[in-house]
Amino acid sequence: MRGYALQRLALGAVQLALLTVLVFLLTSLLPGDAADVRNNEDATPEQVAALREQLRLDRPALERFTDWAQGVLTGDLGTSLVSGGPVLDILAESAGITLVLAAVTLVVVVPLAVLLGIVSGLREGGRLDRSVTSVTLALNAVPDFVLALLLVAGLSLQLGWLPATWVGVGAADLLGQPALLVLPVGVVAARMICLLSRQVRAGMVTVLKAEYVTQARRLGVPRRTLLLRHVLPNAAVPGIQELARVGDNLVGGVLIVEAVFAIPGVATALVRAVEARDVPTVQGLALVVAAAALLFSLAADLVCHRLVPRTEVLR
Amino acid sequence: MSIFRNRREFLALAGAAGTAGALALTGCGTGAGSSPAADGKAAPRRGGQFRALFTGGGEQETIDPHAEALAIDMARTKALFDRLVDLDAGMAPVPRLAQKWEANADATLWRFTLREALFHDGKKLTPEDVLFSFGRILDPKATNHFAQSLLSVIDLKKSRGVGKNTVEVALKRPSAELPALLGTLGTAIVSARYSDPAKPVGTGAFRLKSFQAGRSFVAERFDDHWDGGAYVDELRILSADADARGNALRGGEAEYGYEMTPTFARTAAADKSVRIVAAKGSTAHAIVMKCDQEPFDNPDVTLAFKLLADREKLVEVVLAGQGVVGNDMFGKGYQYYPEDIPQRKRDVAEARSLLRKAGVLNKTLSIYTSSVATGFVEAATLFAEQAADAGLRIKVTTGSSETYFKDQLTKGVMGSHRSGAMTIPTYLNDRLLTKSAFNASGWRRKDFDAAFAKAQSTTDEGERTRLYGDLQRTVHDEGGLLMWGHPDWLNAVSSRVRGVEEAPPNTLDSARFDKVWLV
Repeated sequence: MRGYALQRLALGAVQLALLTVLVFLLTSLLPGDAADVRNNEDATPEQVAALREQLRLDRPALERFTDWAQGVLTGDLGTSLVSGGPVLDILAESAGITLVLAAVTLVVVVPLAVLLGIVSGLREGGRLDRSVTSVTLALNAVPDFVLALLLVAGLSLQLGWLPATWVGVGAADLLGQPALLVLPVGVVAARMICLLSRQVRAGMVTVLKAEYVTQARRLGVPRRTLLLRHVLPNAAVPGIQELARVGDNLVGGVLIVEAVFAIPGVATALVRAVEARDVPTVQGLALVVAAAALLFSLAADLVCHRLVPRTEVLR
Repeated sequence: MSIFRNRREFLALAGAAGTAGALALTGCGTGAGSSPAADGKAAPRRGGQFRALFTGGGEQETIDPHAEALAIDMARTKALFDRLVDLDAGMAPVPRLAQKWEANADATLWRFTLREALFHDGKKLTPEDVLFSFGRILDPKATNHFAQSLLSVIDLKKSRGVGKNTVEVALKRPSAELPALLGTLGTAIVSARYSDPAKPVGTGAFRLKSFQAGRSFVAERFDDHWDGGAYVDELRILSADADARGNALRGGEAEYGYEMTPTFARTAAADKSVRIVAAKGSTAHAIVMKCDQEPFDNPDVTLAFKLLADREKLVEVVLAGQGVVGNDMFGKGYQYYPEDIPQRKRDVAEARSLLRKAGVLNKTLSIYTSSVATGFVEAATLFAEQAADAGLRIKVTTGSSETYFKDQLTKGVMGSHRSGAMTIPTYLNDRLLTKSAFNASGWRRKDFDAAFAKAQSTTDEGERTRLYGDLQRTVHDEGGLLMWGHPDWLNAVSSRVRGVEEAPPNTLDSARFDKVWLV
């Protein structure tokens, strides 16, 4: 398994290298550079030219890329073209908030989705199963921003129970005001719980009908042991892989939710950087988010392997 | 016409505007524009925290007053700093750190008398601080000091301080507009001890507590402010997108939202917790035709296009009715605006005959636009439909929004154009002269340049107004500006807020938080 993990990490490094080249190429294809974009109607062409020189954007693209790549290899993500400060600072500021959101969401989502999946899988076709299925399917059909705006309109503006936005909130205030997390986490979690519980349920239904389960029952394995030891590990595999897929989005920040609640997370920082043609920041953020996503999916695969030690899990 | 009357009433309310024209050269000692009376009779109350929300710019935000570019920057630097002069709601100069000013006969030497004011570090304002600020603004190494081109008229070497409270500003060429120029973007006075933008030393009504670009700005009342100081104890200027601004206001998480959408204004009417403060017709929307290109090098064609626009419809659809129609000139309601030129009306028959004479009827023309400003694409599309009534084919091309203002100069024979609030001479200087860097309508005429130079160096107020009026009339008759509308400027406040004026952006009372208080 260690060999497998190392192999995956090596592959990940190659993927990241390709990604950075791709991101660089794509941002270069966007019209205008950082100097142009800051050219509002008030800047003279001389000022724009001077800014371009100052930002060293007049160098050839290849040179700019290799400079940046060499920096990354020595642990330096480069300097933002907009703030003039290290990209690492921008990353640290935005990633902190996104990580808190992602962690709390996972803490809410995983137990709830597993529980709902098991319960409805065990009672396939029963009243509970049917109601859980209808609710999750219906909720899944509501777009995130609609859900967010409805929750804000109802719970914050009408009833005044919860804060409507994160305006003026610093990362430090978050722990003191957990109420701030309720709506954003609720919106993101709603979608994830729908997807995950469906997967766990499907896994349960399949595994419960498997021959080895019938055999185990026949051998008189107690029901609790059967479920926790034999059914759940197998049934969880599709759920965990789904979690790895939707979990990527959490790490990258959820743009819609960030915009509606004025949360200064990674997605907002990335969009602003693209708009400002701040190439080093776009590169740095994309690199870190992609690395996190790769690690996340590797972790998910390793967990699956631990649960069900079969080679085909490790594709 | 009722709109004119409203606008005048509004100007009269705003205080100094009625007499502001006369102030420009003679000077005036009153703190014009500082009366909070517009909001009711109750006496202002001190205390509390005031949270104001603006569209953010992320890492781009700055509190360097000479690099201010975004509305959120301007609000922050307005809290921390003062200018020598600022602009009232009619874009006429009003005294701030300069108590009064006078010019010599040919407007090449200006003498500004400074008022007694203290910097946040306790030192008094001196002529050296003013000259240091000019020097910093004009520093040729700075790439983001946007007042540079406007203030390039100042001859720093020949300018000097006289005594403790007078500054003599020498100009390289005559300008009667210097006071107004000193009231524009990026002209705040900093202390001669100012070096690190993170540690601002200003004279403003608030003193900085903390600032982080894209995140937060906290300032506290500066008790020794020369203008009486602020009412609120603490000011926070924060960033949030349009929807979040509205929700935060209604949720009681903020007291002020800058630049709200017409949609929000409509829903806010039913909500007792918020109030819209609208400045009528404060900015400008136009479709520009490039006069240096075919077919618009023929003034008959530009006139025909202007006759084709259904302005009422454009205002109703594109601005959701929140605005007033334009008359193909910038600066409706501002100082020097020629109110006597009749409003242009739609006349499809006349337009068609002009177009036929010029042989343009069977051509396809293109408008280059983008979604960089709300209403650009909508206005271009609607105008293309209106022009079709005369048998014209207009194609709407939508380009990249981030680089629009650079691309518009080179792409398309027509384009979308907007302008923020600024003085009429500044608009003419920046948009309609041969040397203007952002000459959106390709309007380059030697005689126009000369007439502008004459107008802006004429010291007699009445004569200068007449000369600017003539220039505007030329633009109205022959120019490439189809200025169809002036959107209202919509801000929103929580119902606890008093003292917010209905001021156009870029003026003294816009996003001004030293005169607000909470009940």
